[in-house]
Amino acid sequence: MIVLGIESSCDETAVAIVKDKKEILSSIVASQIDVHTEFGGVVPEVASRIHVENISYCIEQALQQAHCTMEDIDAVAVTKGPGLIGCLHVGVQAAKTLAFAYHKPLVPVHHLAGHIYANELVTDLKFPVLALVVSGGNSELVYMKDEISFEILGQTQDDAIGEAYDKVARVLHLGYPGGPKIDKLASEGKPVYALAKPKTQGKYDFSFSGLKSSVLQFVKRQERLNQSYDMADLAASFQETALNEIFDKVKAVLNDYKDIKHFVVGGGVSANSCLRKKIEELKLQYPDVIFTVPPMSCCTDNANMIAIAGQIAYESGRRAGEDLTADSGWEIQ
Amino acid sequence: MIVDIHSLEETKEFASKVASCIKGKQIVITLDGDLGAGKTTFTKALGKALGVKSVINSPTFTILKSYKQENGEPLHHIDAYRLEGSSQDLGFEDCFDEGICVVEWSQFIEDQLPEDRLKISIEEGLDENRKITVESTGPVSQSIMEDYYD
Repeated sequence: MIVLGIESSCDETAVAIVKDKKEILSSIVASQIDVHTEFGGVVPEVASRIHVENISYCIEQALQQAHCTMEDIDAVAVTKGPGLIGCLHVGVQAAKTLAFAYHKPLVPVHHLAGHIYANELVTDLKFPVLALVVSGGNSELVYMKDEISFEILGQTQDDAIGEAYDKVARVLHLGYPGGPKIDKLASEGKPVYALAKPKTQGKYDFSFSGLKSSVLQFVKRQERLNQSYDMADLAASFQETALNEIFDKVKAVLNDYKDIKHFVVGGGVSANSCLRKKIEELKLQYPDVIFTVPPMSCCTDNANMIAIAGQIAYESGRRAGEDLTADSGWEIQ
Repeated sequence: MIVDIHSLEETKEFASKVASCIKGKQIVITLDGDLGAGKTTFTKALGKALGVKSVINSPTFTILKSYKQENGEPLHHIDAYRLEGSSQDLGFEDCFDEGICVVEWSQFIEDQLPEDRLKISIEEGLDENRKITVESTGPVSQSIMEDYYD
């Protein structure tokens, strides 16, 4: 089965064509991100206008590179939500137009489900699955008893982990993107500074806002007292505390849900070297669970994952009609 | 108006009191303060007091997150942090025209904000001490401030 997937939930306009969930025939990402280092961050061109400019080109390129025509496509999948409403609308309208012009089934997909199913590119998911999705906009622990049911066991109560990395990198004047910079610096230091341990109400929930503030207060205090500190040690201390927050919760779930067969990761933060190392350690502690950390190309926002999730949703019977609309706050179900 | 806060708990109490004054109204609140000043704490407590059931977490990545208040009206939470140095029309006026809208890092979309708004800025002191300044810029925000004192 060949599925054309469209993703436009935030910064990227992306179109991909994937065969049988495993073979990427083409994957086009038009990144809206224009790096402005003078601001220590990026200025995303999230205006729908930019997505409108990109979408037709992305569809055309995806078909061309896959050596396909719309006749070869069996279904059109699209991110329905969550995301920024104006951006989502562009992808949904494009998908609806293609589906109805070429009489193809239309399948709505949840962005988070896409990140989880991206693992299908490198493995076959064995249910029940525990998925950890960590990125600039997501920090969730999702339990899936089968292929089509999602239960959010834990989520961030404030900042996403990738966002905390970026903001801490800004405090430390490391520039953008913050994740890889802190990861590299941390590898040269030791977690010797005591930072505020995150506090949450839910047993499996995350919190990173207090930790971010704690780094900021630490820097301010040292400056006030005119005392120096080691940047690498501070980066290591932050990273260790942030990842312990994640892994304490992952372990709590694995201990409580004995039926979990497969642990998978999704989202851009899974590129973090320390996170990967901690997963290797976890493997030894839970020998009965399969652990999968997909290659980076599967982790960031792209449309492969939407095409794959689309095929799974299609096979489970999910269809949308011409009344399909984007839903910025769509809850996974 | 200046409110002195000495603990996290008092920040939450302040947010609940603001919520009781804006319930059922249509208003834009700009929320200023450094990283760690307590903008997230304030917004979460405000949302809770307005009857929002789902988790209110950071809108930094998606820039806008929308929730439903107990009375069915929307609570929009905008974070313009990532829009620094750009001028884009993201259609925020649709949000400003309905329910309650909390805007963080509003200086980056200054030109799009409505004239009448409640300006709240949180200044960090030592530990959990905060100085909160509230200003009104029009008749609706003025009446909200008067309610606060009643």
